[in-house]
Amino acid sequence: MHWTVGGLSSALSGVVTQVSSKGAAGKPAAVKSPNPPAAKRPLIPAVLLKFVIAVSAVVLVGYLVVHMIGNLQIFFGRDAIDGYAVWLRTLLAPVLGNEGLVWAVRAALTISVVGHIWAATLLALRAKKARPVKYAAGNKVKGSYTTRTMRWGGVIVLLFVIYHILDLTTGTLNPNGEHLAVYDNVTADFTPERWYVTLFYVLALVSIFFHLRHGLWSATQTLGWSTNRREPILKAIATTFSGLLVVGFLIVPISATFGWI
Amino acid sequence: MSFSDYTVGAPVVDKAAPDGPIETRWERRKFGVKLVNPANKRKVKIIVVGTGLAGGAAAATLGEAGYHVTSFCYQDSPRRAHSIAAQGGINAAKNYRNDGDSVYRLFYDTVKGGDFRARESNVHRLAEISRQIIDQCVAQGVPFAREYGGLLDTRSFGGVQVSRTFYARGQTGQQLLLGAYQALERQIHAGTVNMYERHEMLELIMVEGRARGIVARDMVTGEISTHLADAVVLATGGYGNVFYLSTNAKGCNVTANWRAHRKGALFANPCFTQIHPTCIPVSGDHQSKLTLMSESLRNDGRVWVPKRLGDDRAPSQIPEDERDYFLERKYPSFGNLVPRDIASRAAKEVCDEKRGVGPTGLGVYLDFADAIARLGRPAVEAKYGNLFEMYERITGENPYETPMRIFPAVHYTMGGLWVDYDLQSTIPGMFVAGEANFSDHGANRLGASALMQGLSDGYFVLPVTIGDYLASTTLPEVAPDAPEVLEAVGAVNERIDTLLSINGTRTVDSFHRELGHIMWDYCGMERTEEGLRKALELIPELRREFWNNVKVPGTGAELNQSLEKAGRVADFLELGELMCLDALHRAESCGGHFRAESQTEDGEAARDDENFAYAGAWEYTGRGEAPILHKEELNFEYVHPTQRSYK
Amino acid sequence: MKLNLRVWRQNDQVDKGRMVDYTVDDASEDMSFLELIDVLNEKLILAGQDPIAFDHDCREGICGSCSMVIDGQPHGPQKATTVCQLHMRQFNDGDTINVEPWRAGAFPVVKDLVVDRSAFDKIIQAGGYVSVNTGSAPEAHSTPVPKAAADRSFAAANCIGCGACVAACPNGSASLFLGAKLTHLGEMPQGQPERYERVVTMVDTHDAAGFGGCTNTGACATACPKEIPLDVISQLNKDYLAATVGGKRRKG
Repeated sequence: MHWTVGGLSSALSGVVTQVSSKGAAGKPAAVKSPNPPAAKRPLIPAVLLKFVIAVSAVVLVGYLVVHMIGNLQIFFGRDAIDGYAVWLRTLLAPVLGNEGLVWAVRAALTISVVGHIWAATLLALRAKKARPVKYAAGNKVKGSYTTRTMRWGGVIVLLFVIYHILDLTTGTLNPNGEHLAVYDNVTADFTPERWYVTLFYVLALVSIFFHLRHGLWSATQTLGWSTNRREPILKAIATTFSGLLVVGFLIVPISATFGWI
Repeated sequence: MSFSDYTVGAPVVDKAAPDGPIETRWERRKFGVKLVNPANKRKVKIIVVGTGLAGGAAAATLGEAGYHVTSFCYQDSPRRAHSIAAQGGINAAKNYRNDGDSVYRLFYDTVKGGDFRARESNVHRLAEISRQIIDQCVAQGVPFAREYGGLLDTRSFGGVQVSRTFYARGQTGQQLLLGAYQALERQIHAGTVNMYERHEMLELIMVEGRARGIVARDMVTGEISTHLADAVVLATGGYGNVFYLSTNAKGCNVTANWRAHRKGALFANPCFTQIHPTCIPVSGDHQSKLTLMSESLRNDGRVWVPKRLGDDRAPSQIPEDERDYFLERKYPSFGNLVPRDIASRAAKEVCDEKRGVGPTGLGVYLDFADAIARLGRPAVEAKYGNLFEMYERITGENPYETPMRIFPAVHYTMGGLWVDYDLQSTIPGMFVAGEANFSDHGANRLGASALMQGLSDGYFVLPVTIGDYLASTTLPEVAPDAPEVLEAVGAVNERIDTLLSINGTRTVDSFHRELGHIMWDYCGMERTEEGLRKALELIPELRREFWNNVKVPGTGAELNQSLEKAGRVADFLELGELMCLDALHRAESCGGHFRAESQTEDGEAARDDENFAYAGAWEYTGRGEAPILHKEELNFEYVHPTQRSYK
Repeated sequence: MKLNLRVWRQNDQVDKGRMVDYTVDDASEDMSFLELIDVLNEKLILAGQDPIAFDHDCREGICGSCSMVIDGQPHGPQKATTVCQLHMRQFNDGDTINVEPWRAGAFPVVKDLVVDRSAFDKIIQAGGYVSVNTGSAPEAHSTPVPKAAADRSFAAANCIGCGACVAACPNGSASLFLGAKLTHLGEMPQGQPERYERVVTMVDTHDAAGFGGCTNTGACATACPKEIPLDVISQLNKDYLAATVGGKRRKG
């Protein structure tokens, strides 16, 4: 029978046999290798970029907490807040020199802000490349809203920070603008006539709230601490924390505007 | 032309299986195989078609062994092969429960479950290897269900008395396939396996009587390419889609196997089809596939239909004494847990009596009201919650409130290409693994045994036995432009051109649906001589119409899903005829094959061991020509044939 | 039911593509979404037009082939459901439905609704496995796995590799897919030896394939038909940082 030809011997031989040169893979030229090597990967993995964002955010949020608490000194009067400003500049002076700590903090903040924006920008650019075509029906899955909050909200926050430095750090845009006269600068800044400044601060702080609310939880995810079970608690903490922080900031310009200070 | 007749040829003999004590046959065969020198392995090229459990496992293992493997699948990724859809579990004779299980008991159950139409040697090997499979899959990280102690959980499945089924929720097939897929991807990364996705095998290349390669079509570009090798493995699954509606994936097809059959591989027991009782019924003409729900539902659900003909009241309006719990009535000791074929046929009977339920009348109730009353809804939810959700998603009915409707559906095909103990087909150099071969399940497959067989063949049997062929055969180099190669490519191109040029008035699907109806009506759960003879007239007619009137749009040089389907349906139209002939010639009832003429007084299947204790292997002689039947006699030295009884 | 479909048609990778309007008058609410397209395709064929190409296979929600964005949602509006199990009773008579392919740079459109997802296989090739050769496995019970770990591993292993997470992500990131495989293997004792090597090579391959970075929007987990938990991405980050910043890749 033609189907039982060939080496189908069931002889029990344990012999190792050399295979003579087998019909080598005769492959027509038309067939290309189905498994081409992987493309070149970007230099910095996205996970590390996120890590940069999270770590810089931790520095910035830490600063915000101190900043907010410091601001509240204004409710103890002119001497308290102005003295606080001077105290910050002499703190650790024996080690770091006069204003040394302030400059060290400023340096750390600058590095964090630059790192934060750099990493976020790279990720946004990659996202644009990774999703070149939009859906005709729009993207209906939640998520795009958050991304917009973070990206455009982040830009608003940055513009605000620049204005805020020119306003209350350098004094350039402040009606009073006297170095270390914090109380006078603040009360001159937020007056009923200059309502638009107060409004701008309020809006900026609200966008900081949204940025932080997602960002804080997001950082726990990026650092690998979040789990599905912890997620609701972490999100609640993030919301409460961002809320308290922003309210702490808001009461100063609002109080100044309404003359409660 | 119609082959309502056939001739009987010389018997076909399995020469590879050692004789002697069954417990040591596999050991002795393994020692007996000639080995390929490790240094030569990388010069040996093996083609593996299909990436399911059998094909994926074989390609990965052969790659690990150092062979130069080329693997093909029609899906966009090897991970999508239809093994992924297996729900229930995988059997293994681990005896972790200390409930009296053993290799011998699994062997015994499988031979008996197969209604004494499987080869004892193969089945015993399968039972032995079952234990290694679990070890291998656990080591790969397959997340099997575990107990609180951290050890593997098992359950009893399909009416078996021991708890030997390992599972991963309702997704055992998925998890096992991902294990094999990951092993395969590891070898692709290592460079030992070349993977061709979205490629369909359309022809076998034979040189000097041996399988030496395949012709494949790139389903994206339409490019026809030839791939040459020293051996070819077909692990291309079953052919249940010949019925159009089945639980198979839409792409499952017989083309690779049928092409090999046309070139001389014998096709064994094509009529052995398994019909699964618990599927969601057909909802209308648009139906494209049937969805299986795990058999475990019958553990707690009660099957019934109204007693009265044409009773179209809502199930909740039908009082208890007007319901016919027909399985419990007919099979008091097994009740709702009778084997698949019996449950399926009983459902068909009541529907034939016009007592079926649902809009089409083709359905029976599977009622959980008692279980919910007894165990409470939370317990039922914990056990079957995901299945109930799936049912609701598909039917829009809530099974907690209204009984499920179920109907049998084609699920698995035990028949396939004939192979010897080494899994080699009658074409030297062509091996067949998994559901594609006919070897281990006889006339009926037990639940949770398909996964076992696929992985046994792929991981443990084939990689050993294929070496014997390679080491003991001298294979001259085949030139890419050898006449046999060019002829195979020519045949493929000609067939595609023909299909595209007919430009008739009917879609491929309409032919497929019609074929499916014929197969289901005459070669389904119950077969009669009269019906099969009718089918043997209808199918050739339909085939003729197909080749004159099919409409395949587009060209061959693009992604053309109609063209893909057309080629597959053309082959189903030939296979269907062979199935009906096989069913007609086997004038006995056994396993999934029920011939109405062969039943006991109380309507149970009557096997005829005197005349049919053989595997029927068919030789192709030409389209529509009378094929030749070669019988492989089956000897039962260990498990002695008895008639099943579930009364 | 009468339905208006707006379907993305694109002949091949080079073609620019466009949305094309179709009407199906005789849809039934018992049809699956793919069966609706089947019905439409048969009409198109008989009318001498090119039928809509789309990936599909098992049609029971497990193979992960089907890939359609329906009205801006991958796999359509029903939660935890693939397109093949989405039935038309989820829609209303007269609805206009937009059908588009997965959109991502790493998933180029092949034709109509068919995209190339081979980047997923590349990610698995980079380390999505336990390196164990056939035959070398120890006895299965020699490695107990705590049930909680096995369950979490299973929840992650449930991923069907369909790519809905990428399609939903505004950044085109495959982090959910990646995290699912890393969590599946990382929760198991068998996956430990290669855990920190695996995360680095798989993340590198993910980035090289052109997927974007995760920004924790959670869109992926919402779109996932298998409800893969979002914290697999947290796991991915944790392991990656431990491997790189924490130096565990070198120390093993």
